[in-house]
Amino acid sequence: MTGLRRFGPLWRMRTFVRPYRGRMLFMLGCAAVGVAASTVVPLVIMAIVDGPIRDGDRGGLLWMCAFALGLGLAEAGLIFARRWVQQRVVLRVEAQIRNDLYTHLQRLPLAFHNRWQTGQLLSRATTDLSVIRRFLGFGAIFLVVNALQCVAVVILLLLLNWPLALLVAASMAPAAWLGKRFGTGYAAGSRRVQDQQGDLATLVEESATGIRVTKAFGRGPLLQDRFGRAARTLRESSLDMVRLRAGFWALLQLIPNLTMAAVVLVGAIAVADGRMSLGALVAFTSMLVLLQWPVIDLGWILALAEEAATGAERLYEVFDEPLTITDRPDAVALSRVRGRLAFEEVSFRYPDSGPEEPPALRGIDLVVEPGETVAIVGATGSGKSTLAALVPRLYDVTGGRITLDGQDVRDLRLSSLRSHVAVAFEDPVLFSMSVRENLTFGHPEATEGDIRAALELAQAEYVYDLPWGLETRIGEQGLSLSGGQRQRLALARAVIARPSVLVLDDPLSALDVHTEALVEEALDRVLSGTTGLLVVHRPSTVALADRVALLQDGVLAAVGTHSELMATTPAYAAVLSATAPEGVPTP
Amino acid sequence: MSAVEQWRGVASEQDEEISGHVSALLQRRSRRLLGSLVRPHRRRVWWLVLAVLLQNAAAMSGPWLVGMGIDRGIPALRSGRGSPLFLVVAALVAAAVTEGVAYRAFVVGTGRVGQDVLLDLRERVFAHLQRLSLAFHERYTSGRVISRLTSDLDAITELLNEGVDTLVTSALSIISISVILMVLDWPLGLVSLAALIPLLLLSRWFQVRSTAAYRRTREAVALLVIHFTESLGGIRAVQAFRREPRNDEIFAEVNNQYRQATLRAFQLITIYWPGIHAIGNVATAAVLLYGGLRVVGGSMRLGVLVAFLLYLRRFFEPMAEISEFYDSFQGAAAGLEKLSGVLEEEPSVPMFSRPAPEPEGGWRGEVRFDGVRFGYRPGVEVLPELDLTVPAGQTVALLGRTGAGKTTIARLLARFYDPDEGRVTVDGTSLPELTEQQLRRVVAMVTQENFLFSGTVAENIVFGRPDATRAEIEAAAGAIGADVFIRALPDGYDTDVGKRGSRLSAGQRQLVAFARAFLADPAVLILDEATSSLDVPSERAVQRALRTVLADRTAVIIAHRLSTVEIADRVLVLDDGRVIEDGTPSDLLGSGGEYADLHRAWRDSLV
Repeated sequence: MTGLRRFGPLWRMRTFVRPYRGRMLFMLGCAAVGVAASTVVPLVIMAIVDGPIRDGDRGGLLWMCAFALGLGLAEAGLIFARRWVQQRVVLRVEAQIRNDLYTHLQRLPLAFHNRWQTGQLLSRATTDLSVIRRFLGFGAIFLVVNALQCVAVVILLLLLNWPLALLVAASMAPAAWLGKRFGTGYAAGSRRVQDQQGDLATLVEESATGIRVTKAFGRGPLLQDRFGRAARTLRESSLDMVRLRAGFWALLQLIPNLTMAAVVLVGAIAVADGRMSLGALVAFTSMLVLLQWPVIDLGWILALAEEAATGAERLYEVFDEPLTITDRPDAVALSRVRGRLAFEEVSFRYPDSGPEEPPALRGIDLVVEPGETVAIVGATGSGKSTLAALVPRLYDVTGGRITLDGQDVRDLRLSSLRSHVAVAFEDPVLFSMSVRENLTFGHPEATEGDIRAALELAQAEYVYDLPWGLETRIGEQGLSLSGGQRQRLALARAVIARPSVLVLDDPLSALDVHTEALVEEALDRVLSGTTGLLVVHRPSTVALADRVALLQDGVLAAVGTHSELMATTPAYAAVLSATAPEGVPTP
Repeated sequence: MSAVEQWRGVASEQDEEISGHVSALLQRRSRRLLGSLVRPHRRRVWWLVLAVLLQNAAAMSGPWLVGMGIDRGIPALRSGRGSPLFLVVAALVAAAVTEGVAYRAFVVGTGRVGQDVLLDLRERVFAHLQRLSLAFHERYTSGRVISRLTSDLDAITELLNEGVDTLVTSALSIISISVILMVLDWPLGLVSLAALIPLLLLSRWFQVRSTAAYRRTREAVALLVIHFTESLGGIRAVQAFRREPRNDEIFAEVNNQYRQATLRAFQLITIYWPGIHAIGNVATAAVLLYGGLRVVGGSMRLGVLVAFLLYLRRFFEPMAEISEFYDSFQGAAAGLEKLSGVLEEEPSVPMFSRPAPEPEGGWRGEVRFDGVRFGYRPGVEVLPELDLTVPAGQTVALLGRTGAGKTTIARLLARFYDPDEGRVTVDGTSLPELTEQQLRRVVAMVTQENFLFSGTVAENIVFGRPDATRAEIEAAAGAIGADVFIRALPDGYDTDVGKRGSRLSAGQRQLVAFARAFLADPAVLILDEATSSLDVPSERAVQRALRTVLADRTAVIIAHRLSTVEIADRVLVLDDGRVIEDGTPSDLLGSGGEYADLHRAWRDSLV
């Protein structure tokens, strides 16, 4: 049944609730007993009207009223107990799901993150989760309780007067049918709304992070326009939902009210004929009012359930994404690494590339001996950065293999591989954290001495002069650094753990001429002891390498020393030399 | 200092704790905002009030009609007259239908007003954030901006979706039931209304406590959003450096703080809600006792007591509903408070709304810095005193160490900031006299960041000038030699660049950013180390293009490498915010200063 399958993802969420099974049952118990208490009150009233009041028994009246009061206070106490437990459970479940989501996201491959906008992920971690939380806390319990209450009230009504009760029960059939129809429409609508919220979050995220570009071109109005359009689309979809909801809720009110009219008609006739006591009719009508609220609430709960189901579906879209880059079952950790890095027939194709597109890398054969430094040179877009990203397994090769000391990198433990291979990117990613945390990013065990040495090497000692030294918060949320300062910090981060293999993806591009020479000098010292793979654009940086590999359109065109290639390969000279004749076709 | 604080490090300003006085001020501020949001919908709100009054009247007549049926209809029926009963039943049906129709109209109506308010608020905040200066954004940061526009607005959406109509209908039924109770039997009415006193006291207690609690949840969720977006935005570095375990730890902590903050708010509700129920149930028992005694004593009819008890149910049910939604109300109020704070921020570089007169023959691009002093923070001066004239059409290269003030000069010229003293003029017009549109036609800047928006390559280039044709876009890309790689993409100019341009390499992103600036075609072009990621041939292509493009326009180039300087007419070497060398590249080479040293070193490094 398609109606139920829709709730499949929500049902899967039960694994998160399972540890709290006992408490959920307790909550359900409290809710049920509380509702029962409030249901019994009209019966007590009936007893009072038909008993002490008719008989003029003041003592009995007092006693019965005390009983009603006790019931009422018990109800309040039960509500308190339920909510006290509920808030703890539900918030823990929400936090757990969010933690798991984040943990999973962090381990999903780069290919996934290139495809998914952060805004869409954020809306799952906040908006969708809070809907699920509300459903687990209120919806799920009251779905059961309200349904039970309806059944209980109907049973009581049956006991009071079965023909009238059958009339009431019959009136619930259209409500059930409506609920089903409503569910179908609401499901599609809530998916649309939640997706559009994600789109809007994406626009917000981009406009916030790209603010400098927007300012530089004065394109605020353009983005406002885009945002306005998306916000208006969301408004339309939300209004569709409002209309749907309003119609459904109105009908849910109409049905019990019409039932009430019918009951009064039939009941009054029955009383007049003497087939029913007046007290029974009074109790019957009071009981009917009791039915009204749970039915109306059911409408609200169903809407919530639909939204929660959509939220769960959206969450499982992420949870179900396979972690493609993980440890193999028999993965080993390397304790000592000599640092022989070999590419064997490596080819790579981006998962989102078109079928007619050539692979980004094809048939790469390259060996970097321990301690050797090889520079990868090539025109913009020739695949240099892609090649660099394959070494720490940010992507996995799609053909051939990469080995470290003869071991396929995919057979190594990921944490082991990435601790031996350090990377610095051209575009240095710093986080709004203290300088220290940014530096010891992957090596919390680094000592003060390690930090000092790395900073010295990367010519980044300027951080000691920041207002709070190493504790200064930098990056987006704190002090803003210049491009060169950021690159030097990223470089210090890469060398801090003295990795066996250093992969540097054009890490000096934003350095000014003053510092570049100093950093190069220091790098030269580091690279003399480690295996280095260097993606470079500048002739000056090529000097750091023992050998050079020329990459052209994803194919290794030539490998040799700088002077060899200068002499034998015109394409190499063209890529590197500022003095080469213009008009040499760039690949 | 908690572990999270240690991780985040220290930043200059912390504005966390809020005193009672400030709290009142904040509430007044968000009330003002709410007023201005709702005001345009006043007429519709009156219609809604009408609808809800109708719905309410219909709903209220129910129990009264049932009472009538019992008190009048049954005796009449016993004496053989059916019409009073049928009349009552017909009235019940009419009331039911009226209630349904009016309720639907009311819910749809409030939904529309709510969604319009939400849209208005969204657009207002977004537009305002776009207007606010870079100084604000650098202080406030993108994570908090995102949090404001997502989770704070979500809190308001939640209230609008599920709260407002219930709040209004509930409040109305409470008021009208109070009136009915008093009319039905005033002594009994007084007994039940006495319940309002503890109720109000309890509500007041809840309001005071929960405002602070909900404010804390907004702060906590902002921290969560920041960590979430930042670490996923920089996922490449996170994975490459095995940062995941530490991030898990931090996220768990931030998440836990948010949970704790929410828990505190929920605990208040946990006391408040059953409290309402208890008060209601005590009142019901009291009415039952007092009313029962009076019926027994014969001073009250049974039907009245029954109706009274029915009404009393409807009196306390909505109370509980209100308390339920008071929770989302407080969440929304805290969100609104934050948003009103953003809206009250004034741009530190306000844009002129009246365009300055255009110079005859268009903008030529003569740039002057007159006695400009500037520092990002008080007491730390970056530019002590700068006087600089760049004649129209000149290409100036700025050289100097990190912190020498190169980027600051560029940012002042692009009017990301205003100088503390002195002025920056283009063609004799001071920058603050230009409208935003004028300013961006006059000055455009290519930054180091090369930020690309999601969308196609063409969409990213056209960002420079939204009214450009496809041919102009391709011409701009062609001029800097970007069209070769763009055409090789699977869909050419219509290829999606992916999140933050992840489909392109750093160099390709830079070329796209360049094309964007060329398309903008400003009188003054600022290039902030815009060729750093390019390979040598691409850089040469760009420079060749620059020679033609810059021939008739002013350019300020922040150069880290000397290859860039080759196309400059003039070089300025900066140190500590002062110009220490100024001249044509060949003059400076001859003078034997810092530039000459650098140049020699650079030539040596070339192949």
